Amino acid sequence: MSGTVDFDLAGGQPRLRELNGWLHGRAGTSAPPQVRVLHPDGAHNIAVGADAAFDIEVLGNVGYYVAGMNKLAKVTVHGNAGTGAAENMMSGEVRIKGFASNAAGASAHGGLLVIEGDASLRCGISLKGGDIVVGGSVGSFSAFMAQAGRLVVCGDAGEALGDSLYEAVIYVKGKVASLGADARFEPMLPADLAALAGLLQRAGLPHDPQEFRKVSSARSLYHWHAEADQEY
Amino acid sequence: MCGIVGLLLKKPSWDAQLGELLVPMLVGMTERGPDSAGLAVYASKPLAQLKFSLFQLYGETDWAAFLRGLTAAQPGEHGLQDSGRHAVLTTRTDIDLVKRFIATVPGVVLLSQGHSIELYKDIGAPADIAARYGFAKFSGSHAVGHTRMATESAVTPDRAHPFTAGEDFCLVHNGSLSNPCRVRRKLEPLGIHFDTDNDTEAATRFLEWRMREGDSIEAAIEQGFTELDGFFTFLIGTRNGMSLVRDPFACKPAIVAETDDYVAVSSEYRSLAHLPGVSQAKLFEPQPRTIYHWERA
Repeated sequence: MSGTVDFDLAGGQPRLRELNGWLHGRAGTSAPPQVRVLHPDGAHNIAVGADAAFDIEVLGNVGYYVAGMNKLAKVTVHGNAGTGAAENMMSGEVRIKGFASNAAGASAHGGLLVIEGDASLRCGISLKGGDIVVGGSVGSFSAFMAQAGRLVVCGDAGEALGDSLYEAVIYVKGKVASLGADARFEPMLPADLAALAGLLQRAGLPHDPQEFRKVSSARSLYHWHAEADQEY
Repeated sequence: MCGIVGLLLKKPSWDAQLGELLVPMLVGMTERGPDSAGLAVYASKPLAQLKFSLFQLYGETDWAAFLRGLTAAQPGEHGLQDSGRHAVLTTRTDIDLVKRFIATVPGVVLLSQGHSIELYKDIGAPADIAARYGFAKFSGSHAVGHTRMATESAVTPDRAHPFTAGEDFCLVHNGSLSNPCRVRRKLEPLGIHFDTDNDTEAATRFLEWRMREGDSIEAAIEQGFTELDGFFTFLIGTRNGMSLVRDPFACKPAIVAETDDYVAVSSEYRSLAHLPGVSQAKLFEPQPRTIYHWERA
């Protein structure tokens, strides 16, 4: 199958269901067609649960949970995204050309989320193995309780970056308002520089990996200390 | 949940379109707030007289009898425009005398007072309420609206937003406060009367009290960060403009679209998508714990 299939969401909710139903009906197929989504107009749940290597272009601003649970598909939003862009993504690539609201990439297990603009608070919260590259800055509490995967911030980070971090790693170029509990700066090792260079290259964001700092877990919260008296 | 919307027109030539542009914004937030809706609309030129927005909360509506009663109690020139359970009273009579009379009329509550503000709110679907009171025909310089999904108090018209305090001051709220009773216990001994048990009313009365005590709106909101505990995106209407603020955790959403012609605020972009020129607008998410204020130049 080839060619481009257009879905114009100006028709509202029925058209959105049609789009998502159409995508789900092609789950697991090989070489699915290119899809264009017109007039998204801030609708929620656009292209959630795609499970094939679609190439989906969304021409405008989207609402909540765009490309949530994405598997294999490449989804590009030519606009801004609301809360929870690519939340729980499993694989594939989601690109937001504008800015993304709260909790972008929340709980993503795999794949790459690129936000070319800024991301708001709680970006990459509970990240479980996905990679997130933010061209701009991220808001407070980003990578909170992130378990695996990488968050790259080309701008600044807000308060409590990496609070209660597990094994996810953060690379940040700009200022960090504050680190969260148990997060600490660590030296950039050759493996970090190579990994970061690869992520920046895939994201198409030309930054020098040498200018980034690494934040990872001090692992002091891994075990409960009776003596700590809840002070961390 | 709850949805908030606001629109400030920068050019008087747009005033006649205020309602027409705002209704789709309000209706667009129905999923966030399907149980009640309200709208405060500000006239671009404040009247010399005072305007009172009234609502018949229970009992039979008889605005003609209301006007006769008021004229008998307080002789003078009173104007009354009614629209179902809503009415707008225009008068030069002393504000306290009018309020004293309103308090004697069973079922009638005062929703707003001022020289510019008119306020409409009711229970039901936002589209039905907008149609019921003809929101699309409203003109003015700016308007603040709300769609409600009640969490903190019952679903009744007087507990719908916007809430008001003082003159030409209103507030809509997405979120919930955890200490409204504490705020109320602080304000009531100062002689500040509460109409409902709603958490947003406490925030409204607190901020208006601070401004009456001489604080700027920015200073009042700064005080609010210490005194009001909970989640909030507040959109505040004043005679000259509107102010927006989100709590430090930015739990509740907001987006702003600004062009040379307007500033539009909404909980979500989908309520802004229909606005003329929005594709070229400056779109941004307001930062947490940051005060935004717009006025017509």
